[in-house]
Amino acid sequence: MQQIIYFFIKNKNFLLFALLFLISFILTLESHSYHNSKLISSTNFFSAKVYSVTSNITEYFDLKEQNKILLEQNSSLLKYQANTNTPISQIPLDSLLSKNFEFTAARVINNVYNKTNNHITIDKGQNDTIEPDMGVITSKGIVGIINKTSGKYARIQSLLNTKSQINAQLKKSKHFGFLTWNTQNPHVVQLTEIPKLAPIAVGDTIITGGNSAIFPKGILVGRVANYTLENNDSYTVDVRLFNDMTNLSHVFIIKNKNKQEIIQLQSSDDAE
Amino acid sequence: MQNNQIILNIVRFVVLMLLQVIVLNHINFLGYVNPYAYLIFILLFPFDASKTLLIFLSFLLGLSIDLFSDSGGVHAAACVLVGFLRPGILKFSFGVSYEYNAVKLNKVTFKERVLYITLMVFIHHFVLFGLEIFSLSHIVLILKSTLFSGIFSVLLILCTLLLFNTKEN
Repeated sequence: MQQIIYFFIKNKNFLLFALLFLISFILTLESHSYHNSKLISSTNFFSAKVYSVTSNITEYFDLKEQNKILLEQNSSLLKYQANTNTPISQIPLDSLLSKNFEFTAARVINNVYNKTNNHITIDKGQNDTIEPDMGVITSKGIVGIINKTSGKYARIQSLLNTKSQINAQLKKSKHFGFLTWNTQNPHVVQLTEIPKLAPIAVGDTIITGGNSAIFPKGILVGRVANYTLENNDSYTVDVRLFNDMTNLSHVFIIKNKNKQEIIQLQSSDDAE
Repeated sequence: MQNNQIILNIVRFVVLMLLQVIVLNHINFLGYVNPYAYLIFILLFPFDASKTLLIFLSFLLGLSIDLFSDSGGVHAAACVLVGFLRPGILKFSFGVSYEYNAVKLNKVTFKERVLYITLMVFIHHFVLFGLEIFSLSHIVLILKSTLFSGIFSVLLILCTLLLFNTKEN
């Protein structure tokens, strides 16, 4: 017994190191697993507070750019109104969207894009009925999917995350695939598993596919910049995003009112 | 440790952590190169203080950076490792008798100082990027990030130490 205690005292530094290293390693593994990266996150009270204080200050440097984005969005809405004679208060953000979707505006308080698994923190959370698995867009295109919420804040798994797989399609031919990211360039994502038959050309528009309850169909993603034929007879397409992921300030969170119904229907389908 | 040294280290811990998460994590030089200057805390932690305490504080420092950057436990792991290895690296850089000679970082030769900082920074960065990217197919990216961020960090740490050196003397 004495020897065991003596052993512990003699090696206390190594044992402490081993224990703490193990803890951090487990946290790391957990953050790399697909669905449960939730133990350590920036939505906790302290770090989210610090981020919202700093972004309160830094957002002034970006006002000009954000004004321009708002103006662009306004002009496209005005154009829409002039062409359809519908009062502007009644139309959703995009004409393609039906009334099943609701939008909540939020401010980005922390945006990371230089890692392989990037997250964005925003200042809306459970108190504003934000839940995990809601889609996030800007007026220009898609941003990502909410993957963790706290009372006042939420974390978005960005499009620039090797774990992201978002359903998207070619606008002109309806062939769909999955958006992934190869970590090379924060302005370019990859659309995989587009069938070989699809007529594809540089400059084609890519939109969301609407095969999931997260994003409505027809949200803009980007333009085809380049495409290569893979071994398994499908194209991998480089998509240049309409969104500048390195400069996000305000985003919209999409709430699908019929989500519960869709999920219930799908799960009852599986059970049969 | 004396009282004023304890306060100095607490202040250093908080200031370096905030500096890292608010400013340095958002530099993105050339798209992905960020310096990790919070290592200064581990580098400057009193050489004669308890090693157990250093390991524990390194873990805390790393974990608080992780809390901000949504990275699981990568900073904590890298920090704990350099905290644990520091006595060995000190011995390697300043000679076996560094503990008895009461070596101070601002009194050693420039070469020894650079050696010490470079070793610590590169071990830390390699573990950090290895765990963060965590895939063998991206080994080139890991090495590239380690090299560029490492150089950036070493330069920044050296400059910071030079700046604050005069005050301590």
